[in-house]
Amino acid sequence: MATVKIDNVRKSFGEVEVIKSVSLEIADREFVVFVGPSGCGKSTLLRLIAGLEEMTSGDVFIDGVRMNDVTAAKRGLAMVFQSYALYPHMSVADNMGFSLRLAGVPKEERDAKVREAARVLQLEPLLLRKPKELSGGQRQRVAIGRAIVRNPKVFLFDEPLSNLDAALRVQMRIELTRLHDDLAATMVYVTHDQIEAMTMADKIVVLQAGVIEQVGTPLDLYHHPHNLFVAGFIGSPKMNFLRGTVTGTKDGAVSVRLAGGGALDVPVESGHVSEGAEVTLGVRPEDFAVGEGGLLGGEVLVVERLGGATFLHVKTGSGDLLTVQADGDSPVRMHDRIVLGASPGDCHLFDKAGLAIPRTSRHPLAGEKPASTGRAVGRGSER
Amino acid sequence: MSTAAPQASSGAPRRWALATSRGRKPPILALKLPAVVVLVLWSIIPLLMTLWFSFQHYNLLDAERHFSGLENYRYLLTDDALVVAVGNTLLLVAWVLAITVGLGTLLAVLLDQDFWGRGIARVLVIAPFFVMPTVSALVWKNLLMHPVNGLFGFLLRSVGLQAIDWFADIPLAAIIIIVAWQWLPFATLILLTSVQALDPERKEAARMDGAGPFSMFFFIIIPHLARSIGVVIMIEILFLLSIFAEIFVTTSGGPGLASTNLPFLIYRYALLDFDVGGASAGGLIAIVLANIVAIFLMRSLAKSIEV
Amino acid sequence: MKKALRRKAITTTAAWLVALLIFFPIIWMMLTSFKTEIEAVSTPPRLFFSPTLENYRDVAFGRADYLKCAWNSIYISFGSTILALLIAVPAAYAMAFFPTRRTKDMMLWMLSTKFMPAVGVLVPIYLIFRDTGLLDVGFGLLLVYTLVNLPIVVWMLFSFFKEVPSEILEAGRMDGAHARDELWFLLLPLSLPGIASTALLAVILSWNEAFWSLNLTAYQAAPLTYYIASFSSPEGLFWAKLSAASTLAIAPILVFGWMSQRQLVRGLTFGAVK
Repeated sequence: MATVKIDNVRKSFGEVEVIKSVSLEIADREFVVFVGPSGCGKSTLLRLIAGLEEMTSGDVFIDGVRMNDVTAAKRGLAMVFQSYALYPHMSVADNMGFSLRLAGVPKEERDAKVREAARVLQLEPLLLRKPKELSGGQRQRVAIGRAIVRNPKVFLFDEPLSNLDAALRVQMRIELTRLHDDLAATMVYVTHDQIEAMTMADKIVVLQAGVIEQVGTPLDLYHHPHNLFVAGFIGSPKMNFLRGTVTGTKDGAVSVRLAGGGALDVPVESGHVSEGAEVTLGVRPEDFAVGEGGLLGGEVLVVERLGGATFLHVKTGSGDLLTVQADGDSPVRMHDRIVLGASPGDCHLFDKAGLAIPRTSRHPLAGEKPASTGRAVGRGSER
Repeated sequence: MSTAAPQASSGAPRRWALATSRGRKPPILALKLPAVVVLVLWSIIPLLMTLWFSFQHYNLLDAERHFSGLENYRYLLTDDALVVAVGNTLLLVAWVLAITVGLGTLLAVLLDQDFWGRGIARVLVIAPFFVMPTVSALVWKNLLMHPVNGLFGFLLRSVGLQAIDWFADIPLAAIIIIVAWQWLPFATLILLTSVQALDPERKEAARMDGAGPFSMFFFIIIPHLARSIGVVIMIEILFLLSIFAEIFVTTSGGPGLASTNLPFLIYRYALLDFDVGGASAGGLIAIVLANIVAIFLMRSLAKSIEV
Repeated sequence: MKKALRRKAITTTAAWLVALLIFFPIIWMMLTSFKTEIEAVSTPPRLFFSPTLENYRDVAFGRADYLKCAWNSIYISFGSTILALLIAVPAAYAMAFFPTRRTKDMMLWMLSTKFMPAVGVLVPIYLIFRDTGLLDVGFGLLLVYTLVNLPIVVWMLFSFFKEVPSEILEAGRMDGAHARDELWFLLLPLSLPGIASTALLAVILSWNEAFWSLNLTAYQAAPLTYYIASFSSPEGLFWAKLSAASTLAIAPILVFGWMSQRQLVRGLTFGAVK
């Protein structure tokens, strides 16, 4: 069993409070991703779990055991660093076997374990080389191998793919996911890339400015973001936000008129906003339908053709810039005027404070509504 | 691929320390103690003693020893010898600075260029700095500057000029040349290191903008070097104020006081005249002079040292 | 292309001309060391001659004091360096890995002790040495050099220790290394080149030092600086021997200096120039 529990943890560096009271639970064998923009505290949180930094207050439990006073060396965790942090003066085999050597494991056993990890990661031909003779991808695998050899309770990853080129990154994402499946281990993974988060995680923790914005499965976050930040952060290209006003509420829907003129009834719970309130309508680029309905209209400024899809950047009459995903074969050209529609069921509504107004029904793939394992705060709300 | 530690994504300064758990830190103070104690003793005790002696009438040859207040200082400051010595010191420093920094900058730019045998040429240019001062001085005095048998004398005579008797006629100039030769590599090496740190993209951008070699030198290279030149000047001043061996071994300060600088004068008072009091007062004056420069240097270092 | 080649040729000529000019006195000295004394003082100076090793023989085996002085130089330079390292390594380690708010001030203070002119404390040091019997004793000079070089040694070690990426040490911690393991398996191997350059620089500075060595030693403890200085007022012909002795005295340091150029910049400018 390898669970992690973070309870009310705060961390300050001098005057600056970097982690502002975070609580979180990670279940055995979960692949949890901490994601957020630069400076949000995700790496710091990881390092607090690792024991590389000391908390200002709060507790960290691993397998139910309080780890606050336990040094990193004794926590039974393994970490893969962003820059891999391989020991430059040791061979690959020695790098991977170092922890066992420190623990006094006899040489034969050490070699066997190293060879086994090397086999899993296809590092066997490289065992005698030094890190500087390896490519980025190879070094990364050695760093992972070093972690595997330890058979840790929890694997910690600190932006391990950031230094790889795009193609390698995709490949490694797949390998890491399969590794997680093979090893059936608990993994905590930090990244700023929401695509990595979406594709690899069992559970995503979105952080901003030292605070957890939302915790949930990828599709939970995609379909039911709790606030503007999460809605804008998850999903690429970014969700479009349109200003609007509530024109009326009825049971099971809220009527909204957009600044640009269009109107629609969004199927969200009606008790949260009243008539005349300012709201934000969120529509993902992939949820727009080109040429249908009279929700919005505008001029196409730029057309980006990817072959499999086309992204249109549209400037509406009211000055908003929208990103619209259209078919790969879309005939739309630059400077065309187009109309856009969206199905109300795909739209998101946010109140003036940026909090999402809960929908009346959950998306079938989004799973159960999670009990609050993390605090979901919108921007500007009080602590 | 970064080899340096990346910034903490929190943006806050990452203080890193070795493995510790609460209460198991190595004895930091004990580790630093020997160095600190030893340096405190070395810097404070002799200084205080010099200060103390400077207010005494104390001569090793004289049985009489008593407190004399500012007598030593009064004597020194009204004595011609001190004025001459300080003047010579300043001349020495100024000329050596001018030669080493001026030529050093040009040399640094030259050695930065791409040419054949660059590595070896660099080694040759750096070499004089590693020659011990007594060797340099005697080689220059005898093999090169000797009016009768030295190389310079020969060269001058072969073009019809008279040989210069360096150490009799222009002793300070001779010392300046010797010291400048020794310190030129220092300035060159430091400035070369600095020039090589100049981003090649900046030079290329300047070339794209149409800069020729002179503009490149004055508008790109010199400003970039400004800070290093400042450091070189300050460090050189500090060490040039203490030039001793070259004088000791060639002219012994003479003829008369012509090539006596402040350190040599103090040495004379101390170990030739055995005037402890006077030498201490002179020593204090030297310390004050050095401290003036040291203040500026410390400020510069404070900015550049990262802890 | 031709223009670039021409430019390179001009630069090569100019640079080599300057380099040879600067290096010339050293070459001339080395040449002279292989001449006979008569040849050494001859006018016009002879460029071509049949070389002889007699001067080296005379210096090394003739005058007993050369070997003694050489030994003194070796003993004092290396001894003071080792002592300085022993004191400096713990201090640099503590300052690099357990920095406090005052660490920077302490480092600056240490460096500042080097700015004091030697003349300023000549009198007290001389008197203390006289009264404690350290005058003309090798160990006395060794102590002085240790103190004089300590600031630079601490500073350089500190800067090399800091260059070891913190992530590597953290990875060591995650692998289960305690402070002692980190030091032994990671820090020392990785900073060994830096420690070596620091040691080299300290040896060079001690070997060439020519103030304390001239004033605190006489017959027993005189290092090579003093030995060469004694050539300043001898009688008779001595240039060839002086050249031979000098060549022997500077040769090792020229090699050391060449090996540690880069680190010299760091050490001699107290890090102000990177």
